[in-house]
Order: sequence, then C-alpha cells, then structure tokens
Amino acid sequence: MAAIIKVDNLTHIYQAGTVMQSYAIKDISFEIEEGSFVGLIGHTGSGKSTLIQHLNGLIKPSSGTVFFKGEDIFAESYSLKQLRSRVGLVFQYPEYQLFEEDVIRDVMYGPKNMGFSDEEAREKAIEALKLAGMNEVFYERSPFELSGGQKRRAAIAGVLSMEPEVLILDEPTAGLDPKGRDEILDTIDKLHREKGITIVLVSHSMDDIAKYADKLLVLDKGELKYNDVPKAVFREYKELEKIGLSAPQLTYLAADLIKQGVDIDPEIGTVEEAKNEILRLLKGE
Amino acid sequence: MKMIKAAHIFFDYIRRDENDNIEEVNEALSDLNLEIEKGSFVCILGHNGSGKSTFAKLINGLQCPKDGTILVGGMDTQDESKLLKVRETAGMVFQNPDNQIIANVVEEDVGFGPENIGVPTDEIWKRVDASLKAVGMQAYRLKSPNRLSGGQKQRVAIAGVMAMKPECIILDEPTAMLDPNGRKEVLKTAHELNKREGITIVHITHYMEEAVEADRIIVMDKGRAVMDGTPREIFSRVDELKALKLCVPQITELSYELKKAGVNLPEGILTREEFVAHILPMMKEAARKRQ
Amino acid sequence: MLRDITIGQYYPVESCIHSLDPRTKLTGTMVFLLSLFITKSVAGYVIATIFLAVMIRLSHVPFKFITKGLKAIVFLLILSVSFNLFLTDGTPIFKIGFLKITWEGLVLSAFMAVRLIYLVIGSSVMTLTTTPNQLTDGIEKGLAVFNKIGVPVHEIAMMMSIALRFIPILVEETDKIMKAQMARGADFETGGLIQKAKAMIPLLVPLFISAFRRASDLAMAMEARCYHGGEGRTKMKPLRYTALDKKAYIIMLIYLSLMFLSR
Repeated sequence: MAAIIKVDNLTHIYQAGTVMQSYAIKDISFEIEEGSFVGLIGHTGSGKSTLIQHLNGLIKPSSGTVFFKGEDIFAESYSLKQLRSRVGLVFQYPEYQLFEEDVIRDVMYGPKNMGFSDEEAREKAIEALKLAGMNEVFYERSPFELSGGQKRRAAIAGVLSMEPEVLILDEPTAGLDPKGRDEILDTIDKLHREKGITIVLVSHSMDDIAKYADKLLVLDKGELKYNDVPKAVFREYKELEKIGLSAPQLTYLAADLIKQGVDIDPEIGTVEEAKNEILRLLKGE
Repeated sequence: MKMIKAAHIFFDYIRRDENDNIEEVNEALSDLNLEIEKGSFVCILGHNGSGKSTFAKLINGLQCPKDGTILVGGMDTQDESKLLKVRETAGMVFQNPDNQIIANVVEEDVGFGPENIGVPTDEIWKRVDASLKAVGMQAYRLKSPNRLSGGQKQRVAIAGVMAMKPECIILDEPTAMLDPNGRKEVLKTAHELNKREGITIVHITHYMEEAVEADRIIVMDKGRAVMDGTPREIFSRVDELKALKLCVPQITELSYELKKAGVNLPEGILTREEFVAHILPMMKEAARKRQ
Repeated sequence: MLRDITIGQYYPVESCIHSLDPRTKLTGTMVFLLSLFITKSVAGYVIATIFLAVMIRLSHVPFKFITKGLKAIVFLLILSVSFNLFLTDGTPIFKIGFLKITWEGLVLSAFMAVRLIYLVIGSSVMTLTTTPNQLTDGIEKGLAVFNKIGVPVHEIAMMMSIALRFIPILVEETDKIMKAQMARGADFETGGLIQKAKAMIPLLVPLFISAFRRASDLAMAMEARCYHGGEGRTKMKPLRYTALDKKAYIIMLIYLSLMFLSR
C-alpha cells in the first residue's frame, strides 16, 4: 500500500531563539498508509495535538516536512486550503466550533469555503450528515439545542462534508457518556470500512485502540516512541507505564496468567480475543 | 445516620420561547427516592439525561424540586435560611475544571469558600493549609490555576470544598474531561478523603471502572433510581446494564461472556485478581486432562 | 502583540515597592499621573524624571522589562507627536510645502511624548509590582467609600479579578476556534475589510457562546461555594497599612508639593 501521508524528520520548537525554547515535537518520521486506521496515543503534553496540526498545515514546522501523496505540503506553491479539504481535522470538543443558525448550514460552511455553490454544498452536507449518523429531523434545528452526542456528530459532519481522504480526530469521545462514546467510535469505524477513509484517531483509551486501530503511534515528550501494530506495542506494557500510559486492561490479565504459568497468548487486547483464547485453553485444544 | 434523604422528588426542565410561553417540558426527575448513609462512598451511574446531575444540583440547593423534599444533614434544602448551611455541609465539585476556579492563585481559590461564610482570617489560613494538604497540592499553593493539569485543577476544586469543612462532597462528573492519569488522581483523592476524614462522597460518573471501589452504586435512568446495590450486585446484572446503554468493566464483561459460554464462574467479578483466582484452577485442571 | 503589553503583568521579585499596600501604590500612581498634567516647566519634568527613576530603581524590576510596555503605544506616540509637531501655530523653524514645524510645536510635542511615555511607565511600575489580586483588593478597599453612593465596588472588583483569570483561557480558546475553522477552509487573512469582517463571524459566535457558558458555569460554582455578594465576607488576605506605607504617603506629599511649586 502507498503512503498517503509521510512525515519526514518533523521538528517543532516553541518560542525558538529564546531562553524559553522547548521542543513540542522532535525529529519525528513515519508514514500513514492509504486506507489504514492509525491510533495515536500519548499523555497530555506529549505533542499529539501539535503533531496532528502539522498534518493539514495548520502549524508550520521548525524543520522537516510533511508529504501528502508525495507532495511537500509546506512547499511555497502548495495550496494548504485545498489540502485541508483532503486531510480533515476534527478538533477536541469540536462542537465548540458550531456557529450557524441550523445544523445543515453549519455543515455547509466547509464546502462553501472550498468554492462550491449553495446547492452543491447542501448536497455534500446532507451526505456528510448521513455518514455521521445524524437523524434528518435535526438538520433544520439550531446546533445549540442538540444533545452533547448529537452536537459532536454535527461537528464531525462539518469536516466530512469536505469529503476528506484522511480524517484525523483528536479525542472524539472526550466527555461523552458510554452510549455516545460507542456510537461515535462505531461511526468512525464505519467511515473507515465502508468509505475507505484513512483514519488517524488520537485517543487516551488503549481499549479503543485495541479494538479499532491497525497501527499505533506512541508519543512521549515530543518523541515518537513506538510505531508498530498495536499488539506489538502492548507487549511493551512495562515501558508504556514508564511514560505514564498503560496497555489495555486485558493485556494485563494475560500477563498475570502467564506469570502463573499459563500458556496464553500475551497479545490479547479485547474482550472477544480474551474470551476465545481462554475458552481454547479450557477446552484443552 | 442519613446524610442525604430525598423523598418523592420531581423536577422538570421547562423550555420557553421568546414570549415566555412553555414550549417543552422535560421531566428530569420523577418520584426519586434515595437515602445516603453518612460516611459512605456512593457512586451514581447513568447516561446523559438520566437525571443524575440534576439530583446533584438539588442536594446543593442550586435548584429546587418541583415536588418532594431533600434533607441534607437534616436540613431542608428549600428552607432559604438554611441554604448557606446546606451548601457548607454538602459541597460540590463540577465537571469543567476551568469553570469553577475563581481566583488567580491556588491558595486564594481554596480560601474563597471560607471567605464567603465569614470565617476569621487566621482560621481561613489554617483551613487552606489543611485542605491543600488533604488533596496533596501544597507544593502548588502559589501557582496560577492556568498552569495546572486538569487533574490538579480538580484537586484544587476539591480542596476549595474541603476548606468549608463539609460533611459530604458531591462530585458531579469531575473526571469526564480528564485524561486517564488525571482521572486516577481525582478518584484516589476522593477515596482518601472518604477513608481518612470520614467524608461522605457522592461520586457521579459514567466511567464504570470508577465505581468498582464504591460502597454502593445507584444506577439512574429516566429520573429514577433503577438499580441500587454493592458493586458486585450491580455488575452481576450485565444484561440490565447493557439495556441501559451502560458498559461494565472489561474484566466483568469477560467473566460474563465466559459464563454464558458455559464456564463455571461466579457472578459479578470485579478485579483481575478475583478472575485469576477462579480461572486458574480450571485451566490447570484442563491442562492436566490434556496430558 | 498581546504579549507586548506589560500593563497587567506581574514581575515577581522582592522589593520595598512590591511590599507596599496596593492602595498606596494606586494612590501613588494617581498622584504621579496628576503631577504630569499640572506641570508645564522643564524643572517639573526633571523632578518627575528623578522621582520615576528612583521608583524604578527601588522596584528591582529591570528597566528593559518596563520599557517593553512602550511597544504597544508606539503608534499612538507617533500620531500625537506628529499632530503637535505639524499643527501648532507659532514661530516657524522650517517649512516643506504645506508642512511647517514651529518652535512651539517642537516643545509641545516633546512634552507630549515625555508625558505619554511616563504615563505608561508609571502605571507599568504599579502593575509590575502588584499582583492582579492585590490590585483588585486595593480597588475594592480603596474605593469602598463609593459604596455609600450606590457604586457596587465589591462586585466591580470581583468582576475584574474574574476577568483577569479568564483572559488567558479565552485567548487560548480563540486560537483553537480559529484553527478549527481554518481546518474547515476558513480564511482570516485575505480579502477586503468587509470580507474579513464576515470571516470573523464563525470565530466570534462560538467564542461568545463559550464565554457565556463559562460565565454561567462559574456563577453556579460560586453559588455552590456559598458566594452571596460582599456582605458578611471575611478576607483571607486583608489589607493593612504598615510603617512603609506611611513613609510612602509622606514622599508622595513632598513630591506633589514640589511639582506644584515648579509649575
């Protein structure tokens, strides 16, 4: 598979040239394959937000660069505005960006900025709202009257309406209740599976990453610690703890059982995997 | 002794249009009956709109029920003359860490409550010292709240309540906006205050893992308490919880799934240790049979 | 640009100016500002310069740090100086086309510039040596007399203090919303004035809504912590005059009389 995004020796320094200078991210390189589901994890202040804002050109790097489909996005002639419709970024608590009188007009904001006519924008908005799982009755409502989960859907639709090829979501489930959390994650998973959109999911929850991601990036103090399939990273749970993170809860269960001499797969991460593995052991196959 | 006694509580959210005509009435609480023991650690679970936050605001006298009475330490929350005393007795910590810190310096924020209830200056200082110590934030007393992490801000907010010497603290989703480390920090602080200082804690959350160590769990739905019991009792009713769109801790879910598949496990397993203790003999048995 | 404003910033060092009661510093600043407006002689400006220099010295705040605040008023400075320089009638020194510079204009604009600079430096010395909280406390207590004529002094001071706490939060939030809208293709930089103003709506609406939400959250949090206005409140850090403040008031009196005499 081809790399849709390539990050090349990316460094961002805050307040460069002063005594206060500090690295937000330091010499990071990795590739994101087209159609993949990438998890990005790291505790608060690890540089996650700074990193993802480079991917659609909202922040300029101090050194290094980002390639989108082989083109340097920070090159003089490259249109960042066009890029932003292809690499969609959903910020944390995205509902705080809603501003229009009704939901549909808010979702039309992106396409209209891209130069589409009202009619085309409306079509795209309806399509995006459907993808985001938004019920039709809310289209004409004020976004401020919606519940927390619905507001978030509206905001995600606001980015989807630009028909991005890559969708980056910064903790899209923060502050939601379990029901809202599951619904949003299922929607994202559907976008990935059915629409083939490349997903970058920033999350605090290893359990969610274990369930959805096929690649996991771990950031610590601005440096890229791991870039591997999730299971391989979870195996390093002792290292993860040192940087204030932890593996999925069930990985610890496997570790406990291994300590007791049980020959269980150390890489289990989800309830489903654990169940199958334990049943296999109990049946004595 | 009962810390909080709520009897037949009804509460509506009324939405009005520009002309003050009633547009919509949402029933938030409907015939809620609850009693909370002094010194206990109670978790209230429920998804958004289940009425749990409304209940919290009623305890603190921030809102009045349409019908029914709430007694906090024997005081009626609807008695105007007792309102300050009610708030002093049952302090409250809110969800958004930024929107509840008033002062520009940590120690001054902790002193805000005592200032409001007219505590003499010397006594304020003593209380601020003790409260910051109780939540482990002494080292940050002269810092600006803007420089703290989310978890630290919530601990400052808890200290601010502690400085009023409450008997009970209501934590209204204090962890919803925090990262996992911040969540742990706040939860640990709440448990410590409960154990060491004997403060009644009412912890409202939708993170199931946070309820495991509580003395009692109350599950709310549609403005009523629909489940009430110890964590073990509640978490053994996985199907009911799922029907209420709540999830259980993963280890509990795994045990439940295995049980459904015919493995002989007890109900309501809450911790890894418990699970290992039950599953290990079975696995060893299976391994022996194989040989 | 916001970073250049030193007014309202606190410089944490120890000095006798820092330990003065905020009311004393407020009065001192008032006296200094007033003195700049009553004097019109060179002698008066010399006294003011010496007074200001001594205060800066005593405050232990680096001079460089204080003058940083001047950046914010450069434009205002140039504007007022050129107005006075070119538009004052009197004995012309030289003339280029319709522009003429007069001797009177030169003197007036020099005085004007000095006055403006001293004004900013003088108030900076106060804010750099006083925490925002002390300042609001000072205002609350210092202006308490106005309570009698119905001015809600406590409420004003509380508002100021809360504003100080939330300004950095709202600045950060503005930046975040701006970026979020840019991720949706918004353009805040190009276009004419009207286009630019229109582009601000998606920024301002969410910002206002957020500010209101924060305000209502905060009001509830304050109520939950028994806040019920200024009545019956005690203070964690009550203001008390010390011997140092007495000395400061005497110095102020001497300074003000000198300025009057040199008028």
